[in-house]
Amino acid sequence: MSVVEIEKLTKRFERGDVVALQDIDLAIEPGEFVSLIGPSGCGKSTLLRVIGDLIPPTSGTVTVNGKPAPRARADHDYGIVFQDAVLFDWRTVAKNVALPLEMLGWDRGRRKRRVDEMLALVELDGFGDHHPWQLSGGMQMRVAIARALAFSPSLLLMDEPFGALDEMTRERLNMELLRIWEASLSTVVFVTHSIAEAVFLSTRVVVMSPRPGRVANIVDIDLPYPRAAQAREDPRYFELVTRVREALHLGSDLDAVAR
Amino acid sequence: MPAARRVAVTVATTAAVVAVVIGGWELYRWIWISAGWTWPFVVDDTSMPHVRTIVQALFQHPTSGFGDILIVQLLHAALFTAKEAAVGFALGASIGFALGVFMSQWKILQRGLLPYVVASQTVPILAVAPIVVVYLGSLHVAAWFSVSVIAAYLTFFPVAINTLRGLLSTDRRAVELMRAIAASRWKILWKLRVPAALPYIFSALKVSATACVVGAIIGEAPSSIQEGLGGYIVNFNQYYTLSPQNLWATNVIADALGIAFFLVIVIAEKLVVTRAPEHVA
Repeated sequence: MSVVEIEKLTKRFERGDVVALQDIDLAIEPGEFVSLIGPSGCGKSTLLRVIGDLIPPTSGTVTVNGKPAPRARADHDYGIVFQDAVLFDWRTVAKNVALPLEMLGWDRGRRKRRVDEMLALVELDGFGDHHPWQLSGGMQMRVAIARALAFSPSLLLMDEPFGALDEMTRERLNMELLRIWEASLSTVVFVTHSIAEAVFLSTRVVVMSPRPGRVANIVDIDLPYPRAAQAREDPRYFELVTRVREALHLGSDLDAVAR
Repeated sequence: MPAARRVAVTVATTAAVVAVVIGGWELYRWIWISAGWTWPFVVDDTSMPHVRTIVQALFQHPTSGFGDILIVQLLHAALFTAKEAAVGFALGASIGFALGVFMSQWKILQRGLLPYVVASQTVPILAVAPIVVVYLGSLHVAAWFSVSVIAAYLTFFPVAINTLRGLLSTDRRAVELMRAIAASRWKILWKLRVPAALPYIFSALKVSATACVVGAIIGEAPSSIQEGLGGYIVNFNQYYTLSPQNLWATNVIADALGIAFFLVIVIAEKLVVTRAPEHVA
């Protein structure tokens, strides 16, 4: 059974009469790492939000773990990470990570054990009592990832999580995310505008084109896992980067023709 | 900065400000009297008594011979007014907070109630006060409680408006995050919106803390309460031309009470609100 099954999905925003997404069909299998990439305005963040039932589709269906998306959300099937860490300043790092567990009604002892595990997973042991503003941007993002994974959701939604970070931090967090993904066995949908990041991380890259937002192409990334930093120097890596880039340009050309 | 040093700096700053205020008062007096200026008002011992005279008045018997010295009487009165103001503050802040929460949760309530909440503050408190006193008096409520209700009337408004504003300005992505982890509307309210709105609520509480003292003092006059600062102000007002320093001395004590209320809220905010350092100030 697919983790995510999208059929004939269209999203139209009433305000401004914008067609953000048109006739999207996409299936994501368990354990996949799927990146959505495209120029701004192609609807990749909108698609992520529709999958997460944060905004309703205009028509078409989104099925998550065999259930309609609203049901999946109520069942805590999602973890989510935004471009900004969106940590609560008034909570310590540990309490930020524990937030989803409080929603599930876990008792204090169970929460504490899980929080310790999660902080170890993102290599922030010993930072539990810090407040978010005492951490660097990269560390804050790791806290956000720990929080998203705290209740072991089957689907992790990430909206340009490393977009605001410098290149060095970004590449290091890419490595960490791969390690965490392999350890947590969850499925990831990852929105990015970096071709290099998409190719390095993903099992598949979904290339989108704008106006109206649609899937222009899907590129399978057949680089072997576990991927180390050297994967970025593999000739196959460069071939795939080129393919994604060409798909992106083709999508933009379609756009030009359509206009 | 170490704590001891911070306290020292605060004390020094406060002393400097008080010195400047006193110095400014005396300097203004001296310049206007010696130059004979009468604009914007005539300066003499009645309109602006010496600071020394005001301070001395605090340690004299206000009426020859009987009762305590003025400062003891005023401190008792301040305590009485403080009780009225504190009860009024608690009442008004609770009502204001509840109104803010209700209005934030139901748009229809916001549209229905907000105009009346605003209109309530355009009614002169001096017109409302006797009505409250007569009405509550007919219910055999203690007179001081009527004064608390009047203080609450001035307190609830800033709290309601700022609570509403704070609850509606929650970070949109934080709300999305809460929804993604299937938080209910009430969980979102208590775990996200209210904590995020605390800085707004506390700035309203600071405004209200001083407003409720003013409300209590004003409310004492129509309630014919003599034990509070309001009673003393009405009384000394009548004898102003004879001994202006008594009214000024009462003002000083009333100010001190307002500042004390304000400081309590500042301390409570320090204890309750955790924020990144740049947000704290």
